[in-house]
Amino acid sequence: MFRVVNRPIDVNELVRYVADPEAGAIATFIGTTRNNNEGRKVTALEYEAYPEMAEKELARIGADAAKKWQISRMAIVHRLGPVQIGEASVIIAVSSAHREAAFAASRFAIEEIKKTVPIWKKEVFEGGEVWIGTQTGQPLGMK
Amino acid sequence: MKIRVKFFAILRERAGTSEAMKEVAAGSTVADLWRQLQSEYPGLDVPGIRLLYAVNQNYVGLDYKLNDKDEVVFVPPVSGG
Repeated sequence: MFRVVNRPIDVNELVRYVADPEAGAIATFIGTTRNNNEGRKVTALEYEAYPEMAEKELARIGADAAKKWQISRMAIVHRLGPVQIGEASVIIAVSSAHREAAFAASRFAIEEIKKTVPIWKKEVFEGGEVWIGTQTGQPLGMK
Repeated sequence: MKIRVKFFAILRERAGTSEAMKEVAAGSTVADLWRQLQSEYPGLDVPGIRLLYAVNQNYVGLDYKLNDKDEVVFVPPVSGG
């Protein structure tokens, strides 16, 4: 399951999806929205995606993880639109026979998401808003 | 050739639209299209921005040769997670 959705993400849905009787471990990673960034007090966050390509890239990350580690099943769901502070913006779940693979694959997935998946976060803070991005090492489009 | 261009995030805001159909000469590359768009939408020139380029949902290089009906996205710095 590799999806972008316009609704809150339910971790239980992902856990059920990756559950496998042959697996001895399920690792979950939940990325949540933070109320501060680089000294700014963040009041709201909004995510936008190129949905067709984002889902394709998420699936590519899953396929790459399956080549690197002995995992059973993987699910990645990223939320779009406005996300309240403290809510989940992304959830990853991985099942595997042994725990090392599940931990490693979930770590790999979140790092890859931040590099290549066409999803963008706009941060609204006290006094302005900014599109966050790492390709220049600093915030872009400061208004 | 007709090319569908989609804009997202900061480039969508700078272009003032999320999508445009563009006519380009045969043999045009992604770089040629980007120059054409920049003259049409001066706001796309964001100082210091580093873009990735996607044609039909795959990352390509600037010298990629476009085909009729391709869908092109200039990908601003991603920030999912």
